[in-house]
Amino acid sequence: MDSLHSRYHRQIILSEIGTIGQEKLNAAKVLVIGAGGLGCPALQYLVAAGIGTIGIIDFDTVETSNLHRQILYGESSIGKNKAIAAKNRLTDLNPDIIINAYPEKLTTKNALTLFEAYDIILDGTDNFSTRYLVNDAAVITKKPLVYGAIFKFEGQVAVFNYKNGPTYRCLFPEPPKAGSVPSCSEIGVLGVLPGIIGSMQANEVLKIVLGIGDVLNGKLMMYDCLSAQFSSFAIPRVDTQISKVLQAAKKFKTTDYDLFCGIISIKEVQASEVFGLKNIQFIDVREAHETPKIESLHPLYIPLGSLEEKVHTLDYNKETIVFCQSGVRSKKAVEILKQQGFHNISHIKGGAIALFEYQSSKVV
Amino acid sequence: MELTIKYFGMLAEVTAIHEEQIQIDSCSVAQLLEKLKDQYPKLGQNDFKVAVNQQLVDHTYSINNQVEIALLPPFAGG
Repeated sequence: MDSLHSRYHRQIILSEIGTIGQEKLNAAKVLVIGAGGLGCPALQYLVAAGIGTIGIIDFDTVETSNLHRQILYGESSIGKNKAIAAKNRLTDLNPDIIINAYPEKLTTKNALTLFEAYDIILDGTDNFSTRYLVNDAAVITKKPLVYGAIFKFEGQVAVFNYKNGPTYRCLFPEPPKAGSVPSCSEIGVLGVLPGIIGSMQANEVLKIVLGIGDVLNGKLMMYDCLSAQFSSFAIPRVDTQISKVLQAAKKFKTTDYDLFCGIISIKEVQASEVFGLKNIQFIDVREAHETPKIESLHPLYIPLGSLEEKVHTLDYNKETIVFCQSGVRSKKAVEILKQQGFHNISHIKGGAIALFEYQSSKVV
Repeated sequence: MELTIKYFGMLAEVTAIHEEQIQIDSCSVAQLLEKLKDQYPKLGQNDFKVAVNQQLVDHTYSINNQVEIALLPPFAGG
């Protein structure tokens, strides 16, 4: 038995797969969008099963707080691009397949060309604006979309745009109001949940490629990992939603999906860039008891909760940089101040913790 | 008639329950939602779809039997 057959032996001996099934897997091309909580487990199983060509697109870098759920990475991956770090790990897992890493953001400019090169798209993104972009690109390029999403202890899985079934927009035609659905970084997530949901997405991909079993076509599967309950809901196909996307296909490359999702763009600056800047209005939006204080920036101390009532004490015309403890509340502060008419405004990535670390690293 | 209402995701947080039984006369989905929003005002601030007996329906659908209603919000996390 050659090494290929021994690698896949346990699935080839399944009568539903066999060598013909293995050849189908080897001929398949799957694009995974996002190598995060969902992408990591999905990639792991797709690569192990011998999907012949895998694309991984992710612009983000690995952080320590990713490691409890993004199981392709370890200490040595921190700071590295996720698509590249994932490829490195996966090449060791299975060197017999082609893995293409795209260390870039999925945009309206690159999506269609990228989707054209693959048979199936797996959505492992973490925000609504990319999810609508992925759906529309899948509809335009006529690719099945294996969708997965999570919220705290619950997950959703569905297959869209497959065999005349419904699309993501048939389920949710419009994005929710910006900020109304918190993300994993704001609200937390149990690490094993994306492990389960991402693995279910990989399973749907394998069934589509092999042509076995019942694909979750047009069904929304909901899973609650606390009650250990699955439930599934039939999604009707809404032709007007699909034709709207197809009619707008020519404008796809210039569509602003952030704006569609009501996202106000927030400029981010690095902690290392702000020391020594002149004529800046720094605002620390943390509560009074929070430390470390960053005295050297001479910030105004205005907790997020009282920002709106104290906005009249600020200078609208001065360049303004906001920070909090870790960079979450400061984004909200930028939104509030933008709505109050501040234009020249940004927030500090990583907040006071990053500022303090940078400051300490400069002290001999 | 008695309906079972299931709340998923954020909706279970704003109602502080995952599931409940309510008594109601025949009504449309829109009328049912008005009643639920009276009881849980924060429900109105959330986006969600409605399923009746595991089938997604629109707000004009009329509920005449003892059925299970599920309120399904979008998730974005990954």
